[in-house]
Amino acid sequence: MAQKLQFCTFYLDGLLFGVKLTDVQEVIRFLEVTRVPLSSGVVSGLINLRGQIVTAIDLRKRLDIAPRLGEASPMNVVVRSENCAVSLLVDQIGDVVEVEEDSFEPPPETLRGMVRTVILGVHKLDDRLLHVLDTEKACQVAETSEVAAIQA
Amino acid sequence: MPANDSDIVSEFLAESYENLDRLDRELVSLEKDPQNRDALAGVFRTIHTIKGTCGFLGFGKLEKVAHAGENLLSLLRDGRLILTPEITTVLLGMVDAIRQILAEIKTTGLEGNADCSGLLERLKLLQSSGAKPDAPSASPSAASPPAVASSSIEAKEVVKGPPAVVQPAAKAEAPPVAAGTASSETIRVGVNLLDNLMTLVGELVLARNQLLQYSNLVENASLQAVSQRLNLIATELQGDVMKTRMQPIGNIWNQFPRTVRDVALGCGKEVAIEMEGKETELDKTIIEAIKDPLTHLVRNAVDHGIELPEVRVKAGKGRAGRLLLRAFHQGGQVNIEISDDGSGLNRERIKKKALERGLLSADQAARLADRETYNLIFLPGFSTAEKVTNVSGRGVGMDVVKTNVEKIGGTVDVQSTPGQGSTVRVKIPLTLAIIPALVVTCAGDRYAIPQVSLLELVRLEAEQAKTKIELVHGAPVYRLRERLLPLAYLRHELDVKPKDGTEAAGPINIVVLQADGRPFGLIVDTINDTEEIVVKPLSKQIKGIKTFAGASIMGDGSVALILDVLGVAQRANIIGETHDRELEEVVAETGAQKSQKSSFLLFTGPDEAHMAVPLDTLARLEEIPASQVERSGTRWVAQYRGQILPLVNLAFALEERRSRRRHKKFFAAGAENARLQVLVCNYKGQRVGVTVEQIVDIIEDGAEVRYPASRAGVLYSAVVQGQVTELIDIPAILEASGIETFQDESAAEVIQ
Repeated sequence: MAQKLQFCTFYLDGLLFGVKLTDVQEVIRFLEVTRVPLSSGVVSGLINLRGQIVTAIDLRKRLDIAPRLGEASPMNVVVRSENCAVSLLVDQIGDVVEVEEDSFEPPPETLRGMVRTVILGVHKLDDRLLHVLDTEKACQVAETSEVAAIQA
Repeated sequence: MPANDSDIVSEFLAESYENLDRLDRELVSLEKDPQNRDALAGVFRTIHTIKGTCGFLGFGKLEKVAHAGENLLSLLRDGRLILTPEITTVLLGMVDAIRQILAEIKTTGLEGNADCSGLLERLKLLQSSGAKPDAPSASPSAASPPAVASSSIEAKEVVKGPPAVVQPAAKAEAPPVAAGTASSETIRVGVNLLDNLMTLVGELVLARNQLLQYSNLVENASLQAVSQRLNLIATELQGDVMKTRMQPIGNIWNQFPRTVRDVALGCGKEVAIEMEGKETELDKTIIEAIKDPLTHLVRNAVDHGIELPEVRVKAGKGRAGRLLLRAFHQGGQVNIEISDDGSGLNRERIKKKALERGLLSADQAARLADRETYNLIFLPGFSTAEKVTNVSGRGVGMDVVKTNVEKIGGTVDVQSTPGQGSTVRVKIPLTLAIIPALVVTCAGDRYAIPQVSLLELVRLEAEQAKTKIELVHGAPVYRLRERLLPLAYLRHELDVKPKDGTEAAGPINIVVLQADGRPFGLIVDTINDTEEIVVKPLSKQIKGIKTFAGASIMGDGSVALILDVLGVAQRANIIGETHDRELEEVVAETGAQKSQKSSFLLFTGPDEAHMAVPLDTLARLEEIPASQVERSGTRWVAQYRGQILPLVNLAFALEERRSRRRHKKFFAAGAENARLQVLVCNYKGQRVGVTVEQIVDIIEDGAEVRYPASRAGVLYSAVVQGQVTELIDIPAILEASGIETFQDESAAEVIQ
């Protein structure tokens, strides 16, 4: 009997993504973001999550997807990464999906570049593919140019 | 075997650790003064307490070790044995062994199987070597009443009665005899609980800020009264909770005599340690964070800094080196200095080493100034020790010291004089939790600037800004009291563009800040207000940005970043050695000239005349809305700080007497909505306001070129900042204006 896995799913540019349900702390509507100058472009800014300051990561940028157009404001998927809350900004929230472990396949060789480190693989759903994200990796941000310059 | 009541055991552990710390100190001080009976008795009592408790709890091995130590001590106490360094070493070894066993008990609940037989052997040997064999065990129980351990490291002694003063109980000097009285007034509290309290108070402060902002918007007297009360209570609570977390730095210094003794003995040196400012208090988190760096610095000073006794004698110094620890508050920061009177740092050797290690190029090395050279020792992978000892010289350490200190927002700096020793200065903030900050806006976002680095604020009107901000080959500067202040645009440093894309073309706001002792001006869009902010650390995604020290939640619930003034200055290239030296010269120069110069307030008077008054005749500068000017008899007045402030319009006061008439209006027509610039002066024990057109600046000038006064009310004319300026004689003006004063001084007091 294959094991069942649960994912919290969301959409980015029409694609279905998911992170392990156990990694997710909560899902909340859009909150005002304070931008962080000099940070990597992936960091959208800081949000006030009930008195806790949480970094918001623009998942579209993290995954090299074209920027969000139009008026629709993103949703926050707050995940726990290394004991810190991090918010992933997504277009739209999907359902909690339960899949069989053996419907998983690693990403094809043709998937290249930085994205490959973030996408663990896909689960084959009936009508579409569920991209599984590595939560830790998704929360990682390349060091900013400033830091690199100081260390050089 | 051990008692299974874990509460009793953990209590025992906590007490024993304190006792052991005290033993360390007492033994080292006893070594210096072996004849001190009181100290000996104290040591004896302490070890006896440990022995007694572990016997009670059934820790047999621990008891055996403590017992052996006690036997040896009893000989010392009875004067049958004289304390030698050898004995001290063994006794300290015993303390370490007990500590080890305690650590084992803490983790496993059992005593473990560490072998103590060697130690026991040595303790026995020493007993028999010096003493007559007829002293196997002096009965200790009669001599020492079971001392109640009451001093504490983590918890605090709460003195009853308002206001609740929280004091650390573990004063190093407290003789063990005096201890044992305060037990009923002390509560041992878990650090977790204190941390939780701190977080909650932080939240409370945020909620209070939000409420205050809201209550200012709503015109509701009772709401305002309640929120003011809440404000006061929250502030007091915050202060007290912060105090519970404060510990004197002596708590970590107390172990240094032992450290110094061990290190000095290990490398054959003689070192006397002195401490100043033991009682300086620091937040617990900071104390913990600097413990290791300080220990390292102390070991380093003994191992590298202080020379061998023979070398010292040859150099004309005393045999024993001197290590001085100093702690003091300065400008909202705590300074800790570790100085030795050793050989000092060797510039050439540092440079050579840095070159060998490839830490910098030969070209760079040649250009380095002294201070920069010394600070090379903080680079990773740097160590000049000729040989690696077990104490230091492995090239890890100094850079770790620096990173650890910087992690908590501090700075490290080293100064050295060849042949006379070196001083390492660590500067750290008092607390990390809640700080007062100035809130500014830049490109539509708010930023908080910690008030500790704030010197002053300068505002330039738009037209002034064009001429007042000058360029030194493209680098903007501002003449602040005749000294060039380097400027940085926050907007450029942060590389941000306003959200709506418009460029600000209003007045210029310069926030004058101090970074590492150097002033610089940071130009921001708007200056909002000062606020107590709760500092929250940045997450790891943005931690690497040196420009920000943290983030905070503002009154309206949005997030604002806290600027790291040092980081901003570094980014703007404000900090550099050349500038530093120039500045020192300037400071020295102005110091010398200060005696001849005095400060003046520059302003424009009627008809845009340049005028000045000596600053010491003024009490304050105020802006009073013209609408608040009232008439009282023949006099124009304004209500000011609960008093009636008579106003004198300088324009009228300076007019020729013959043309003077009673002015119907205090100000020119059409200026009813203006804000009056008022110089508040002290005049015969009361305050009088003199209105002027525009306040320009405060300058320091000798005003050597003088010309006699051309009209009444003027002292003389002088060239100030290249402008002929009239020096106004305020008392004469007020005299001529006929300002009423109370003949009877008591009447004035009643009114005031």
